[in-house]
Order: sequence, then C-alpha cells, then structure tokens
Amino acid sequence: MTPLLPVGSGRKIAYGIAFFIVFVGVWAIATFGGFVSRVFLADPVTMLREGYLLFAEHGFAKDVAVTIWRVFGGFILAALLAVPLGIAMGAYKPIEAFFEPFVSFARYLPASAFIPLLILWAGIGEMQKLLVIFIGTFFQIVLMVAVTVGATRRDLVEAAYTLGANSLGIVRRVLLPSSAPAIAETLRLVLGWAWTYVIVAELIGASSGISHMITDSQALLNTGQIIFGIIVIGIIGLVSDFLFKWMNLRIFPWYAS
Amino acid sequence: MSKLKIDQVGRIFKGVRGGPPTEALQPITLSVADNDFITILGPSGCGKSTLLRIVAGLDVPTTGGVMLDGSPVVGPGADRGMVFQSYTLFPWLNIHQNVCFGLREKGVPESEQNVTAGRWLEKVGLTGFARHYPKMLSGGMQQRTAIARALANDPKILLLDEPFGALDNQTRSLMQELLLSIWESERKTVLFVTHDIEEAIFMANRVVVMSARPGSIKAEVAVPLPHPRHYTVKTTPEFSQIKARLTEEIRVEALKVVTSA
Repeated sequence: MTPLLPVGSGRKIAYGIAFFIVFVGVWAIATFGGFVSRVFLADPVTMLREGYLLFAEHGFAKDVAVTIWRVFGGFILAALLAVPLGIAMGAYKPIEAFFEPFVSFARYLPASAFIPLLILWAGIGEMQKLLVIFIGTFFQIVLMVAVTVGATRRDLVEAAYTLGANSLGIVRRVLLPSSAPAIAETLRLVLGWAWTYVIVAELIGASSGISHMITDSQALLNTGQIIFGIIVIGIIGLVSDFLFKWMNLRIFPWYAS
Repeated sequence: MSKLKIDQVGRIFKGVRGGPPTEALQPITLSVADNDFITILGPSGCGKSTLLRIVAGLDVPTTGGVMLDGSPVVGPGADRGMVFQSYTLFPWLNIHQNVCFGLREKGVPESEQNVTAGRWLEKVGLTGFARHYPKMLSGGMQQRTAIARALANDPKILLLDEPFGALDNQTRSLMQELLLSIWESERKTVLFVTHDIEEAIFMANRVVVMSARPGSIKAEVAVPLPHPRHYTVKTTPEFSQIKARLTEEIRVEALKVVTSA
C-alpha cells in the first residue's frame, strides 16, 4: 500500500462489501458458536426471521414510514428556516453579531432534554416529535451555513465588485452560488444527526415508529427485532446519504469533490 | 487631458494588536493619459498592489484621492476593470457565463451579451472552451478568460495586478504578447503592476518604478519602442539599455528590503 494512492472503483466497492461480510461472519461465529448467550444477542438468521415477521405480521412498514416522515418533516422545517437565516448571518455581519451568540448557546442545549418540556407543551403527538428534530438540527444548520457563507473567497467577491456588482448582486451571484455545494453538504451531515434525535423522541411517549418497536421488543427480550430495527435505520440512513451525494453531484457539476 | 489622476494617495495600515502602524504608501501623485499603457514596477511588498487596489476602489487611501475622468473614485465599479494575480473566475459559471458576468449585472440583453462574449473569447483564443468550467482550464487560459471578462465590460481603464505572476515563463511571454496585441488594436487605458523588469518594459509606454516600503515613485522611465511590438524587441540594444537602467533602480530597492528585514 502506498499512502494516498487512489483505489480503483471496482476494488473500492469490493473492499466495502468485504467488511460487511467480515462483520456478519464474526457475529455468526459469536452467536452460532455459542460464545454469546442468545438472550443477549440473536444470531443473524433469527434476526432476519424476526424482521420478516415484523413486516408480515406486525405492520412494521407503517412504523418505518412514520419514522421517515418525522425525520424529514422536522429536518425540512428546520432547513427551510435555518438556511436563509444562516445565509443572512454569513453575508451581513451585524445580523451575525445579533444572532450568533444566542445560536451558539442554543446549539449546546441537548434536544433530548427538551422532550419532557415538549410533551408538556405539544403533547405526545407528531408535533412533539417534529419539534425535537427541529431543535436538534435548526441551530446546527444556522451556524454551519453562516460559517460557509462567511468563508466565501474574498477575491471572488472583489472580482464581482470590479465587474459592477452591487451588494445584492454580491449576495445573489457570488455568496449564494459559491456556498451552495457546501450548504448541501451541511444538510446531508445534519440529516444524519436528525436520525439520532428521532430515535430519542420515539423512545419516550410514542405509540408508533421504529424506536417504539425497539422499546417494545426490549420488554419481550427479542434482541432479533431490536437488531433488525437498528439495521433498518442504518440502511435508510445509507440510502438517503447516497441520494443526497448523488443529487449534489448532479446539481453542482463544477464543484470539485 | 489625463484620464486617471492619482493625487497624493497615501496608505497607512493600522498596527496589529497595538503595534505601530505600517506606512504602505507615501503620498503618490501620478497621471495616466487616455489610452496609455503604464506599468508599475517595484520589489515585492512595496505597496504597488495597494495602489492598484485603491484605484479599483477595493481599498481606501488614508490621504489623497483618485479621479477618473474628473469624478472621484469612492468604491469599486464597472468603469475600472481588474485582473487579479489569483485565479478569480467564478467556478460555478462556465467560461462564457464568466465573461457575461458584468454585462448581466448591467442588464445588457442576453443576445447582446452573447455577441460581446463571443467576440472577446475569440480575441483571447478560447472560442472552443465557452462551455467549459474554469477548473478544466490551465492557468494561462483562466487568466485569458479573466482579461476577456474585464474587457467585455468595456471599462474606462483596465487594472492588472501581476496577472501573469503565477504562470510559467513560456506562457507568460505568450500572454504578454496577447495582451499587448489587444491593447494595440483596442487602445484601452491600462495600469499594469508587476515585479518583472522585462515584462514592465515590453508592455509599457512608461514604466513607473516604486521604492521599497513605504512605497513612493522613484523614477519614471519612458519606453520609446515602436508599436506593434514583436517579442524579438526584447533582444534589441534599446530594450537592453532600459533594462539595465531599471535593473539598477530595482536592485537598490530590493537590497533595502533585504537589509531592513
């Protein structure tokens, strides 16, 4: 192996799959070999069977759909408000000076700690779940977008000025297009975090969703179902991440990755 | 009547963390006539870029002021086109869109934009690259686009801040010839900053030599070489004579920088 030497795309995929195989292999040896008690860890085959039963008999598809809706609902709501605010803060320093200290403070407030309050305010309905995701992602997006926009190359801004752009032109035709790929990348990252928050939101006061199923399975000591639920979340995350990357590549062909 | 008047322009930068302020430019006075090609030659750190940025309106002088066609410069504007040393094409726009940037900002109709951009891309030999993104182009091609982008805007004066500084020697001489041929056919007013003596002589009607920091005008040397200039002019005795003189002037200044450091 040579440092930093790229690996061919075919081999790259093969290596990536290889680790999944190793992972499942170790898991199978640990469980089928009797090294770990079945009570604590189901084997891969049981997990798949439990997964099939979940979809076939327990209407798990609805739980998955509900969870996806909560993640994207809360995330899109946060993004719709946070991206414009972040852009305004990055572009205009007085606006940044006004909001930045509070947003930096609010960013450290753990979204999960708000759950009791949110239940009090919004009940245990969908609104409460969306709000948890919203609180967990909104402040992060604002700050990351503001930093991105603020870091726009100064020489590009100056070049635009010497070409006759005014303040609004600088924002619309330099700051926005130059920051757009990094903003999309920020959204991709934060969407990953939204998945963490939805799990916490559903663990408390929920009657549907993937994590609600996981909590139920815990009471029944059904580790197969728990692991299957976790893996489903992982797969959804992987797919949405992949779609996001693919979309960014399509929308921003000029952007060197 | 002279087109650009730099009148007692001085620039002092505030000290960093309570340190003493830095005087980058001593008050400088300089006139540039209509359609003239002036190069500003100086050792690095002499404030020549600062002077150009003040003319562009990207920096504000501490003393004095700049007048263009009788009106004072108060900020950057489309009447002063600029080509930077760094590659400043907008990476999200293709070459054609880059050249159209200023025209679009002015509200020129799209069909007219296309004609102008096409004309300028042809002049800099990049017609076949109109749909390429900047990152697909070499440094020399990017700077050619930057020149086309600045000139498509039809500025009153073209400011160039070591535009070929990052290019290799061969590309650099080709670019000099290209810019000079454009100037010979279009007769724009040009202010060109460089630290390369040969470049300064080859391009200019008049070379303004700046002293080491704090920058001031040390000498003004006329270049009476006839136009159109061919690159072979660089090997003529007249050229060598001017070069010898400027080399001496600049060497003294460069030495000052080295010994004061």
